[in-house]
Amino acid sequence: MNNPLVEVSGLTITVPQRAGGERAIVDDVAFAVRRGEVLALIGESGSGKTTIALSLMGYTRFGSRLAKGAIRIGEARIDALGQDELRTLRGRRISYIAQSAASAFNPSRRIMAQVIEPLTVHDLATREDAEARAIELFHALSLPDPDTIGYRYPHQVSGGQLQRLMAAMALITDPELVILDEPTTALDVTTQVGVLNAFKAAIAGRGATAIYVSHDLAVVAQIADRIAVLRGGKVVEEGPAGEILENPTQDYTRTLLAAATPTDRTPAPAAAQAPVLSVSGITAGYGKIRDGRPAIPVLHDVSFDLPAGAALGVIGESGSGKSTLARVIAGLIPPAAGTVQLGGEPLPPALKSRNRDQLRRVQLVFQNADTALNPSHTVGETLARPLAFYHGMNGTQAKARVAELLDLIRLPRDLASRRSGALSGGQKQRVNLARALAADPQVLLCDEVTSALDTIVGEAIMSLIDDLRRDLNIATIFISHDISAVRAFCDRLLVLYAGTGVEQADRASFAEEIHQPYTRLLLSSVPEMDRGWLERTRAGAAPALPGAVPRPGLCPFLPRCPVAIAGACDVEPAPLRTARGQAIACHHDLAALRLQGQAAAEATGI
Amino acid sequence: MIGRAVSFFRRLPLSGRIGLCLFVGWLLIALVGPQLAPYSVGAFVDREVFGPVSQRFWLGSDYLGRDVLSRVLWGSRYTVFLALFAAFLAVFIGTSIALIAVIRGGWVDEVLSRAMDTLISIPSKILALVLVAAFGSAVGLLLVIVALTYIPGNFRISRALAMNIAAMDYVQVARLRGEGSVQIALREVLPNMIHPLLTDLGLRFVFIVLLLSGLSFLGLGVQPPNADLGSLVRENLSGLSEGAPAVLAPALAIATLTVGVNLLIDSLRGNDAR
Repeated sequence: MNNPLVEVSGLTITVPQRAGGERAIVDDVAFAVRRGEVLALIGESGSGKTTIALSLMGYTRFGSRLAKGAIRIGEARIDALGQDELRTLRGRRISYIAQSAASAFNPSRRIMAQVIEPLTVHDLATREDAEARAIELFHALSLPDPDTIGYRYPHQVSGGQLQRLMAAMALITDPELVILDEPTTALDVTTQVGVLNAFKAAIAGRGATAIYVSHDLAVVAQIADRIAVLRGGKVVEEGPAGEILENPTQDYTRTLLAAATPTDRTPAPAAAQAPVLSVSGITAGYGKIRDGRPAIPVLHDVSFDLPAGAALGVIGESGSGKSTLARVIAGLIPPAAGTVQLGGEPLPPALKSRNRDQLRRVQLVFQNADTALNPSHTVGETLARPLAFYHGMNGTQAKARVAELLDLIRLPRDLASRRSGALSGGQKQRVNLARALAADPQVLLCDEVTSALDTIVGEAIMSLIDDLRRDLNIATIFISHDISAVRAFCDRLLVLYAGTGVEQADRASFAEEIHQPYTRLLLSSVPEMDRGWLERTRAGAAPALPGAVPRPGLCPFLPRCPVAIAGACDVEPAPLRTARGQAIACHHDLAALRLQGQAAAEATGI
Repeated sequence: MIGRAVSFFRRLPLSGRIGLCLFVGWLLIALVGPQLAPYSVGAFVDREVFGPVSQRFWLGSDYLGRDVLSRVLWGSRYTVFLALFAAFLAVFIGTSIALIAVIRGGWVDEVLSRAMDTLISIPSKILALVLVAAFGSAVGLLLVIVALTYIPGNFRISRALAMNIAAMDYVQVARLRGEGSVQIALREVLPNMIHPLLTDLGLRFVFIVLLLSGLSFLGLGVQPPNADLGSLVRENLSGLSEGAPAVLAPALAIATLTVGVNLLIDSLRGNDAR
């Protein structure tokens, strides 16, 4: 079979423009995929990768249209087929795995009914056969309780499991071509490893051909045979995965690769400054507070100190309480127990009892600049408000300061008269940051500020914040789920698991091999830009199902911990082990943890 | 200013342009119509009743021999301005209460919402009738009564709008900054509600025109010898069988006014959605 399964040539997809005429969002794209091969479409948002993937199923999004080009899959000319013929292809010979399984499943129907739907809709199998096949696939995708999981509802399984179930739905008809659209982007890294493993095995096991759409080069390195780099609707570079990753010929590909592997910043001079922010014993959550414990606790006894001008990274997966921590410090959620001190003075827990100066000194930068900027205000108005509110600046003085702020965040001054709707994602996030800087804060809380941005844009924002914090001596807290993105910018790191700080370390000691077992799992789950990493890493081996901790107060990682000590970890709380610049909550002592770390490093060959 | 108006007109679809022309036309008639009226509003000028369209009486004469054109020109002033003021009043009060309820939240929201629910549960036309029957129908009173009838509906809509906006991060940012409730309501929330609120204002306007016409038709609205468009229809109803222009003209006036405003609103809504 020398003839490729998928052949796309001269593909051009256009959208009509306001002023009349059409603009190409996919421009003269050509590629081919051989049977059994995995092609990755890599690009930033707006590069047209999803548009291309959808066009392979004969679908163009509302308003856009396939202007030119040919798409051949097997014998079928997708571009020439009518709606009815396409319908017989979709789900049967070509299937699609979307980014968010949570919104792709109907919450009111059982999973099994939805997984076997592609078979029953096309009348390809009886219900019993279909269910048997589904269960087989659940086994192949290493889902827990494969025989019964289908009878649950979508909300009764975790996000990573739902993503695998969606893969089962896509694979159940044994399609010739599977299109995966950012299938792991919404997942935590430790979950992502397992899902990637399952996908890879399932695709390889069936000899299916796949197109994998992603912005994440490291993920793609694990799964793709060939990579096509897209930019602005054009193919920049296409070739075997190894070639593209090791010897990229185009500058743009090199930029992408560089942004995905942040280089270490020079650490700030280790001046022994008094902490500007001191958090001790914070317990917080939602609901009524009784006996110093909220009804739904999120954070348990979290403490840290932050020296002036220093940067702390708070790392945790979704649900670990990292955003709650930021909200407690900012005053949005009064803690049930514990104190927050600013410049040596205790901060009142509730927002209402803080005075204007205390509010000014702690500024929170929200994750999503789209919703954090008022669409009916111009950039100038947005920035002028804190100036007037905190500093009483008005008129020309405020105008001059707004211009200064725009210089500071490296945006042109004439942007001041634009509304936020007219800005790009990166520009919005810069304005969002400038609004916080307008207050002249001492502490800047950055809540996942780059998670909604493309890698290159996000990297630029992080560098900007890093420069500003050094120049203006602002203590900064980076809250992130992505340890690799923030690690290079922080002096200290705090790892949260299920609301508990399991490890705290300065950058130098964090680079060594002594880690709390959860931190090690987290570190070994971050994909590396290296083909074959997925096979070597042992992160996928850890149970992905966090069970319940037998008793509050015990190590929260216990149900997943590969090195838990029976009779110790499940009996009493983990003691705090401290060494220079490092504090780890674990029953193993530091020497044992070092040995485990070395063993893990040797096994993965890193 | 003129340039903006022209570009606004250009962006409207055909139905919107027709609606805008009808509405602006009626607004102008309400403003200057009475000055243009050929006869005084109460003058008996025709010997004939239900006179046909003629050179002297462009829209014929009514059941007492008064000039219908003059009466429609005067009547439109009552209908358009009463409805416009009442609609503004209803939307202003309803939205203000909604903003207070949303920004304050908690028991304030509970009390205000339940109070409005109580008002909503009373059929609005009956409420208006009872109030008019109890307090009479002086023009000022009529205005307040009609506005009161439509406050709860506007409250529901603007509360829902404000709730969605109050959950946005930029409102959180303002709270974190330490802004007061009034600042948050006026600076952060209200500007983002303006578009749907204008749509609601237009709808209320149409409802109010119909309610006023209905009240007048029942004899509870504007009292003779003055008349709004609704009472013109009623007093000339007996001419309907002969197809007198005296009853058709005011009916047509009500229809064009409400249809015009409706067309305008619908096209504005379409613009929003795009």
